Amino acid sequence: MKFIHIFLIVINILNFNLLKADEIKSENEIAKNLRCLICQGQSVYDSDSEFAISLKLAIKDKIQQGMSEEEIYSFLKMKYGEWILYDPVFNRNTYFLWLLPILIFLAGGAIIIKKFYYKK
Amino acid sequence: MKSKFIPLIFILIFIITFVIFYKGLKNPNIYTPSTNLEKEVPPFELKSFENDSIIISEKIFKNNDYYLMNIWASWCIPCKVEHEFLMKLKNNEKIKLIGLNYKDNFKNASSFLNDLGNPYDLIVSDRDGTASIEWGAYGVPESFLIYQSKIIKRFIGPINNEDLLEIQKLIR
Repeated sequence: MKFIHIFLIVINILNFNLLKADEIKSENEIAKNLRCLICQGQSVYDSDSEFAISLKLAIKDKIQQGMSEEEIYSFLKMKYGEWILYDPVFNRNTYFLWLLPILIFLAGGAIIIKKFYYKK
Repeated sequence: MKSKFIPLIFILIFIITFVIFYKGLKNPNIYTPSTNLEKEVPPFELKSFENDSIIISEKIFKNNDYYLMNIWASWCIPCKVEHEFLMKLKNNEKIKLIGLNYKDNFKNASSFLNDLGNPYDLIVSDRDGTASIEWGAYGVPESFLIYQSKIIKRFIGPINNEDLLEIQKLIR
């Protein structure tokens, strides 16, 4: 009986550890996707500026409040603008950016096809 | 025909690239968030600077007054520069100054105010900086002009004489 009791306690402790580790992981994941506005060119995760430290704390709070990753991104986007996100959103200003690699790929493909097939 | 066409394309590409890079050279690549946004005041619950009583944002910002929410800290050098302009604003009855003490300790902050004067009608303290995140602020000093619970103008960096004149014009 005592054995089961201890066993249950150990299982519980292990589970809580997992929960905490999960939280820290997603906290870091989010911070890595954010651009620090003080030291531009660095992510919030890498930065040790006052702003980045506060932002990391704020993210931690938001996760504990039960906000999802997407909700935190949209919250920060609303406060600081799209610039804070490393992943540019697909819109009128950025579709050239997103489509250019595809266009270059297609053009390269067309050149290759022309060289190899039409020569014959 | 073909031999004329290819150099022309090369020259064209070169010119386009040159223009893009030349323009990019002149653009400042430091991003600052936009300053002219009509936004609601983010609600907050913060400790008062003098004592530990909790101050709720809804009780501060009443409708028909202008407020200047100023984020400051005693360790911030530009805050000392803007201080004289805040002192000038203090004399204006139409505007109330709210200070948000950012990541500071009580002793340093109160000696800062004793030395230079206290322009604020109310000071709240933000020990860990998370309240400033709610305001969309990213450094000190930063100021928000508030009217009818809306942020009507935002000043990033220290307030200078020009900003002071602008505020006085807006609240007239």
